[in-house]
Amino acid sequence: MIRRDVRRALKRTGLYAAAFGFMLFAGFPFYWMLITAFKQNRDLYVGASDLSHVPWIFNDPPTLEHVRLLFGQTDFPRWVLNTLVVVVAVVAITVAVAVPAGYSLARLAGRWGERMGMGIFFTYLIPPTLLFVPFSRLISLLGLQNSLGSLILIYPTMTIPFCTWLVMGFLRSVPWEIEEQAMIDGYSRLAVILKVAPRLIVPGILTVVVFTFTLVMQEFVYALTFISSVERMTVSLGVPIALVRGDVYHWGALMAAALFTSIPLAIVYNLFIDRFIQGFTVGAVKG
Amino acid sequence: MMRRRTLADREEVLGGAMLAPALAYVILLVGVPFVLAIVLSFSNATAGSLRFGWAGLRNYAAILADPIFLRALRNSAVVTVGSQVLVVILATAAAQVFRATFRGKRLARFVLLLPWAVPVSLAAIAWTWIFDSTFSVINWTLKAAGLLHGWLYWLGEPALALVAIIIVQAWRILPFATVIVLAGLSSIPQEIVEAAIVDGAGFWRRLFQVELPLLLPVVTVAVLFGVVYTATDLGVVYILTGGGPANTTHVLPTLAFQRGILGADLGQGAAIAVFLLPFLIVVAVAMLRLARRAEVGAR
Repeated sequence: MIRRDVRRALKRTGLYAAAFGFMLFAGFPFYWMLITAFKQNRDLYVGASDLSHVPWIFNDPPTLEHVRLLFGQTDFPRWVLNTLVVVVAVVAITVAVAVPAGYSLARLAGRWGERMGMGIFFTYLIPPTLLFVPFSRLISLLGLQNSLGSLILIYPTMTIPFCTWLVMGFLRSVPWEIEEQAMIDGYSRLAVILKVAPRLIVPGILTVVVFTFTLVMQEFVYALTFISSVERMTVSLGVPIALVRGDVYHWGALMAAALFTSIPLAIVYNLFIDRFIQGFTVGAVKG
Repeated sequence: MMRRRTLADREEVLGGAMLAPALAYVILLVGVPFVLAIVLSFSNATAGSLRFGWAGLRNYAAILADPIFLRALRNSAVVTVGSQVLVVILATAAAQVFRATFRGKRLARFVLLLPWAVPVSLAAIAWTWIFDSTFSVINWTLKAAGLLHGWLYWLGEPALALVAIIIVQAWRILPFATVIVLAGLSSIPQEIVEAAIVDGAGFWRRLFQVELPLLLPVVTVAVLFGVVYTATDLGVVYILTGGGPANTTHVLPTLAFQRGILGADLGQGAAIAVFLLPFLIVVAVAMLRLARRAEVGAR
């Protein structure tokens, strides 16, 4: 029996070691952001060939110098504001367009709803890197170059397909009986859609809002293509492109910006991960 | 008694009206630009002027004779395949770990998911700092452990830079793949696993002969999304190396951006981007086949 206990203990140790290994791989860049953002410059800029200086820890007391630089002397606050403007506008467009479409495909379209939904979902796979060349032309034809309007117009091309699919899938899991009962009670089909369905669909809408928020926060390609002046940039574009002044990298401020942007996204993701996954697995997983 | 049916009860009218805005958006702003991307690749369009003429296959001839393009094409394939192989191995292993219950699992899961949440451009800038030629913590750690005697210029040497790009891409896709594989694991009927245990199959036997075959569709989905995310990604390479040193680490998207947007040669940029299509078509066909199989299986 002792041998069995030893084997069990070994197995547990192996499990913890593996879990720690994966945490280290996934989390290391974030630890590095954290430690860089609060290190004093003389602690930060010591060449890696100096083995007596351990870079993994604070050798000098932590400092808020970089954070102050980021919020006081860079355009970071402006980028945050720009990002929020785009988020709000794109969320509004996406909800207004994708939620009715998802409802239509799930409840009104009958047999071809699934196929149609699949078709719309596939457009989500067409990447920005294939479309940015024609879009750059389209945006300049519309006179939207270098404006947040360009992002507000184009980002829904990524959010609408996925969110339509999400809402459709979500409604499949909501029993039809409630709406059916309302119709038996004398509501017209339209009245059901306007008065009964919204209440049922709220969690689905919440997922749409969160997905759109995270996507807008993360998008880089279109922002890089359309936006050229620093004061119109979003966070994901401005931090890596415009926080580098000439050849001088302010690594402390850069990592502080990356850290502060990642934290809210990480929290939101952790809460909504399972809903997103349902959208992605497209019937390959049967729950 | 039901009310008399009116216009407000006609499902096809309502359904069409509710679907129309989404369809219009997708057709006008995805479908049309998609066609335009292909048309532009046969044109001599430049960003400066609005007129453009037919150039036939000239853009394609030009890029196919261009060693930088051929290198970018090869890099795209190497990075995509390399990172996906890494991801499949790591994700399968990680899913086995995260299926078990252990103390601190919630925290571990939170950390594992972080790379997926962070914007790719910000992750790339953090990795740029990690791979810095003077201050790289990786070099310090390797040296301190006695594993490195010379010096690794991570982003300064073409082969090493590609390794760095593969690491970052794998790091970025791993959480997504792990979560999908986990979802697949939890959907394997418990009776099958129990039957295998009763029949005396050990952990490895169970893994390779029972679970992995059943997981295949799910792993395929993870890989397909991984391929799309990696092959079409611009941010990682653009920020990490900018295609350098000396244009040796370009992938298709960064080269398309350099030629099409920075160089204002829309035709050539579009032609380079069109070479992403084979990656995408393979993915789309595979997903359709999977979906059909799931449909048949559901009946």
